[in-house]
Amino acid sequence: MLETLFPNVDWADMWEATLETIYMTAMSTFFTFVIGLVLGIVLFLTAPNQLWANKIVNWLTGAFVNIFRSIPFIILIILLIPFTKFLIGSIRGPNAALPALIIGAAPFYARMVLIALKEIDKGVIEAARSMGATTWTIIRKVLLPESKPALISGITVTAIALVGYTAMAGIIGAGGLGTLAFLDGFQRSREDVTLMATIAILVIVFIVQFIGDYLTGKADKR
Amino acid sequence: MIELKGLTKVFDTGKARLTAVDHVDLTVPSGEIFGIIGYSGAGKSTLIRLLNGLEQPSEGSVEINGQNITAISGPKLRKARQKVSMIFQHFNLLWSRTVRENIEFPLEIAGVGKDERRKRSAELIELVGLEGRDNAYPSQLSGGQKQRVGIARALANDPEVLLCDEATSALDPQTTDAILDLLVDINKRLGLTIVLITHEMHVIRKICHRVAVMEGGRVVELGEVLHVFQHPKENITKTFVAQVTETEDSAETVRHLREQYPEGQLVKLIFVGDQAEQPILTQLIREYAVEVNIVHGNISHTQRGAYGTLILQLKGTADEISKAIAFLGAHDVQTEVMGNA
Repeated sequence: MLETLFPNVDWADMWEATLETIYMTAMSTFFTFVIGLVLGIVLFLTAPNQLWANKIVNWLTGAFVNIFRSIPFIILIILLIPFTKFLIGSIRGPNAALPALIIGAAPFYARMVLIALKEIDKGVIEAARSMGATTWTIIRKVLLPESKPALISGITVTAIALVGYTAMAGIIGAGGLGTLAFLDGFQRSREDVTLMATIAILVIVFIVQFIGDYLTGKADKR
Repeated sequence: MIELKGLTKVFDTGKARLTAVDHVDLTVPSGEIFGIIGYSGAGKSTLIRLLNGLEQPSEGSVEINGQNITAISGPKLRKARQKVSMIFQHFNLLWSRTVRENIEFPLEIAGVGKDERRKRSAELIELVGLEGRDNAYPSQLSGGQKQRVGIARALANDPEVLLCDEATSALDPQTTDAILDLLVDINKRLGLTIVLITHEMHVIRKICHRVAVMEGGRVVELGEVLHVFQHPKENITKTFVAQVTETEDSAETVRHLREQYPEGQLVKLIFVGDQAEQPILTQLIREYAVEVNIVHGNISHTQRGAYGTLILQLKGTADEISKAIAFLGAHDVQTEVMGNA
């Protein structure tokens, strides 16, 4: 039946493209999480009246985040071509998409981290200080655990946005379902390929959303 | 022992300078429950945060058991904070941790091993009366239970001083009393010095030995709780004292009482400490030809004795009544004539 509905789909190619998309999404989500978390914590702690209150660092970090969050992703990919070439040695293939994906998504996630951290009751941080906690302990044992549900739901939203970004990166030859849909589906007018690639992307998005919701619910003890 | 010398905190917000704490000198001996009362904005919150170095003073010093809190910083200050712990109005528990994990948090900070932490938290859970709730999350607890966790957490590292920041202000009256009883119990059992700030005179009356009244960043009145209740000097102190003892003294009630008891003379007696337990009224009735009618009475217990007010209607000849009032005066009972109809 699949043969009649999707006559032009090469299932081996489709599977490979799906794996590439999953690979790009997973890798970029991981690095986005780490970098976004660091940026978000720095933004939070260097704000006025916070533990590391520092106008210059706060301004610089804020400026970096705002600039890279504002550049449309498709333009960012093009802007980053020399950087990618230097870093990866090529501008084609799944790995070549990673720098742009991470630099595009990390500032976005950093903002979400900042919002999550701002939601934490100031009193709890004060209580930890009153017990003699170091800033490092406060980050590890107060800030991160107390904002965990928001951090997880934030990375879920970011991961889903990244699935979309990988498809866009496909236009410049990053591989994955985006490339497949564009080259094989659109340019050769095989609508069934485009449709199947879309279905595969939707399935990935639903799975990511489901896992994210489950983990968020589990972490939330409020 | 806690010693504050010329303690001053000025907040400089660029445009305005706000003196939150203004040259405060105080000495709190070991084992005392010391209360600081004031309205919001009086500087009491800032004052209590100066005691554990959460705020740095602009001037003056804080000394706790010989250690100058204001002169140390970094690891030394963090170490000192483990001996000056704090409980809060809104409890400030970590919602992501269970009761036991919350209590173990300060022990983790102090670097106590896992087995020892488990043992200590079990003791503390029992001390504050939360047996069986070890694995509950704060969201599953009532306000009173949350404050019990706060207290257990504050006691984890065997502190010498416990600072209470409006610790009962978010609780209902019954729960407030239960938490105050727990604090007194801890004070007696562990010999802990307690410094508390509040805007409720009830709290001061119930558990404090001495009280400081704060207004505009200054300590305007200081003394034994019983003494302050008996002889409040400043207007603000009188208002606070009225919160617990003299609700019946408002102009309206007095007018109402006069209407209700038009005959004879209404007098208000204030008993303090031992007098509250002496049979002064019996003597009065025996020795003077006056008819005594008790119109209103209440008695408040403080940590250092009772404090009571009694409103009497005295009927008889003017001569006998004035003799009776003189008798009361001679027995050191503060007597106030509320007028006759």
